[in-house]
Amino acid sequence: MKEVKTPLIRLAKRDGIEPRKAWAIRIGSIFVALILGMIPIVLAGENPFVSYGVIINGALGKASYIRQTVKRAIPLLGCALAIAPCFKMRFWNIGAEGQITMGAIFASFFAIHLGPKGVPAFLMFIIMCLAGALGGAIWGFIPGFFKAKYNTNETLFTLMMNYIAIGIVRWLQGGPWEGRPGTQIIPMFTDNARLPNVFGIYCGWIVVLVMVVLVHIYMNFTKHGYEVAVIGDSENTARYAGMNVGWIMMRTMLLSGAICGIVGWMLVSGANGTLNSDVAGGVGFTAITVAWLSQLNSFAMIAIAMMLAIIGKGSATLQTKLDVPASVAEIVSGILLFCMLACEFFINYRIIFRHKKEAEV
Amino acid sequence: MPARIRERKLQNCAIELKNIVKRFGKVVANDGINLQINYGEILCLLGENGSGKTTLMNMLSGIYQPDEGEILKNGEQISIRSPRDAYSYGIGMIHQHYHLVDVFTAAQNIILGLEDEKMDIGAVNEKVKGICKKYGFDVDPKKKIYDMSVSQKQTIEIIKQLYRGAEILILDEPTAVLTPQETDKLFAVLRNMKKDGKAIVLITHKLAEVMDVSDKVAILRKGKYINTVITKETNPQGLTDMMVGRAVTLNIDRPRYANPTDKLVINDLTVIDHDGIPRLDHVTFTAKAGEILGVAGIAGSGQKELLESLTGLQHVAEGSIKFINKDGKDIELVGKTPMQIRQVGVGMGFVPEDRLGMGLVGSMGMTNNMMLRSWRQGRSIFFNRKDPEKLAKDVWEKLEVVTPSTEFPVRRMSGGNIQKVLVGREIASRPPVLLTAYAVRGLDINTSYAIYNLLTREKMNGAAVMYVGEELDVLLELCDRILVLCGGKVSGIVDARKTTKEEIGFMMTTVGGAKGGDK
Repeated sequence: MKEVKTPLIRLAKRDGIEPRKAWAIRIGSIFVALILGMIPIVLAGENPFVSYGVIINGALGKASYIRQTVKRAIPLLGCALAIAPCFKMRFWNIGAEGQITMGAIFASFFAIHLGPKGVPAFLMFIIMCLAGALGGAIWGFIPGFFKAKYNTNETLFTLMMNYIAIGIVRWLQGGPWEGRPGTQIIPMFTDNARLPNVFGIYCGWIVVLVMVVLVHIYMNFTKHGYEVAVIGDSENTARYAGMNVGWIMMRTMLLSGAICGIVGWMLVSGANGTLNSDVAGGVGFTAITVAWLSQLNSFAMIAIAMMLAIIGKGSATLQTKLDVPASVAEIVSGILLFCMLACEFFINYRIIFRHKKEAEV
Repeated sequence: MPARIRERKLQNCAIELKNIVKRFGKVVANDGINLQINYGEILCLLGENGSGKTTLMNMLSGIYQPDEGEILKNGEQISIRSPRDAYSYGIGMIHQHYHLVDVFTAAQNIILGLEDEKMDIGAVNEKVKGICKKYGFDVDPKKKIYDMSVSQKQTIEIIKQLYRGAEILILDEPTAVLTPQETDKLFAVLRNMKKDGKAIVLITHKLAEVMDVSDKVAILRKGKYINTVITKETNPQGLTDMMVGRAVTLNIDRPRYANPTDKLVINDLTVIDHDGIPRLDHVTFTAKAGEILGVAGIAGSGQKELLESLTGLQHVAEGSIKFINKDGKDIELVGKTPMQIRQVGVGMGFVPEDRLGMGLVGSMGMTNNMMLRSWRQGRSIFFNRKDPEKLAKDVWEKLEVVTPSTEFPVRRMSGGNIQKVLVGREIASRPPVLLTAYAVRGLDINTSYAIYNLLTREKMNGAAVMYVGEELDVLLELCDRILVLCGGKVSGIVDARKTTKEEIGFMMTTVGGAKGGDK
């Protein structure tokens, strides 16, 4: 007779989990990540505990450090807010990078042409904000339109749009907007085109916090938000309920692009003071992680964006202070993200080992 | 090989299941099931929706593994860990959804996945013909799948299993997609296989078929094994009582409405699909207020296109749909969007075929699903959630929906409860026209009758009800008139009180039915 085997490990879908348990798993995953993250640090020849201390200290140790960390978090948070409605709709907008860049270009146009003419700062603020939103919205609308009308693949489409936007900045840098010939640099904006500081950080942080609340309301209490959620679950259901799915897609992409554009404006006008081709600098991609880790909850995005900013800022310090290459720090943050995403699996499934009864459900 | 089977024939046990347990999360789908499947016998596995029939058989075909219990074949314990294992033990299952490659021929599909088969298609064709002759199948092995009817595709699935040497055949609700005539043919084949010594398991919830074809009936209820009885020694009422667990009356009350008036007048409705094939071909009929109009037909005869045209979801090539409102005025619906149709005051309750894919949002709770009908109301950019919440609570109580709260995602409810939410919502809007497609598909007997009664109540309230159904017995008992579709054409409209199952069955396959043939 053949021996009968049951598999060593089996997976079973959980039937829902208490929120407390789910958060325990999430926090546990961070600890696991920190322990795993020690391996590359040890391999680089440093004491991992000291290194972690340096990271925390470098990100939060002094008021000026905190300000820099927050500065890193602002675009991450803003951009995560922008892509949340798209992701809720299962429209995979990975073109935030390009939408930021386009918003930055539109805002810069007015900074360069109106700034030196002495237009009052508050007027510049409004004009540049609207211009940024318009630029991003156009860049978001194009893939939305083609998806709605011709069912093109939005992932590839939005990705390709990124390169076009960045290419345009390169051309502007070396051409029409170049400062001193040969520098390939656009000159710094005049003061009236710069964002004022509040508590030592450019006032973009107030803008994104307002947006957190607005996006939360939009997603949870408005008719638009409801439509987006229905489409994300089932396009057919939405159609049967009389929703114009194509239009809602385009509208949501307009909105998403506009928010990205506003982030772009804040980056040129607040963080950098000018435009360069690296304005988005990967924020559009990292923001996907932020949005996903926070499960599209806009308040959770604040925490996640801050966490990623702390790791980013702390690793920069790690490199200068301990001579640990920044790539090691990147490995550590990669491990952290991996663990946090992986833990969602354990929230949804449970593992059953052979010989063990399933009594403890 | 036949000698070996013949030896084991006559009450010889093929498969024995001992104390099988299968859990999905907290749900116990199978709770200590014992079952014996014999060679040369047709066993019906009978049970309401969600009683664990398909789960149990999926463990025999290698899709699931049992959490506890033993499976014995010919007295030896076996472990079936994949469909491939199941093949090697001679177990073949024909699922509700067929797994065939459209652009391949029948023979190519039959040998698909067989590793040590020589690719001599001529020999395969001969072998397939041999199987067909032996059991009475009617199939051309060289025919492509896309040229085949549903019934022929099912035949290919069965031959596929026989070709692989299956001795134990499991068929999951095989008659759901067949006409009465095709069902008879299938049963004839099953009887031939039984004579040849095969063990056959039939999953079904249609009592008439159980009585017709089976030798024994095993009954499951809510994941538990109830009993196995010999078909000759029982009757439909007895089986129902065991299946439901208490005495159930199997009658639909069919009162007549005093004076039905025309509500929807459809003239020459024609729908042409992307490939230029007419899906509806000059369909003309009238739906009356105070009447349930049944729509019968083989799956894919134009039922979907008909309902979608009425709700404005389908592009209509030709013809008109006139809705007659309370004041007796005609309103043309062709060319209007679903929203416009609703705005002119035509409330069409629509219970679509695909509940979660079309009618409900799986990840949302009852309240947000109720909102699908009302979310646009009012000028504010914010939605009103109070009325839907009240409606959800109402449906929850009145239809006895089993759910922890009105916020619990409907996806995680059972099929019957999902259906209650959907039907409850549509009926609550008190539409003058209520369209339903397969409203009781997959529902257990109790819930089905609750829904029949709701539909009848709406009819007596003066609604024009259209009921697209698949069980002819129910259509005959529930409806006032029955419209039979055949290949997108109206094959005939008959009085449900006077017609017979055979007449409708014939009309489903031939336009005009017997009379059409005479002319």
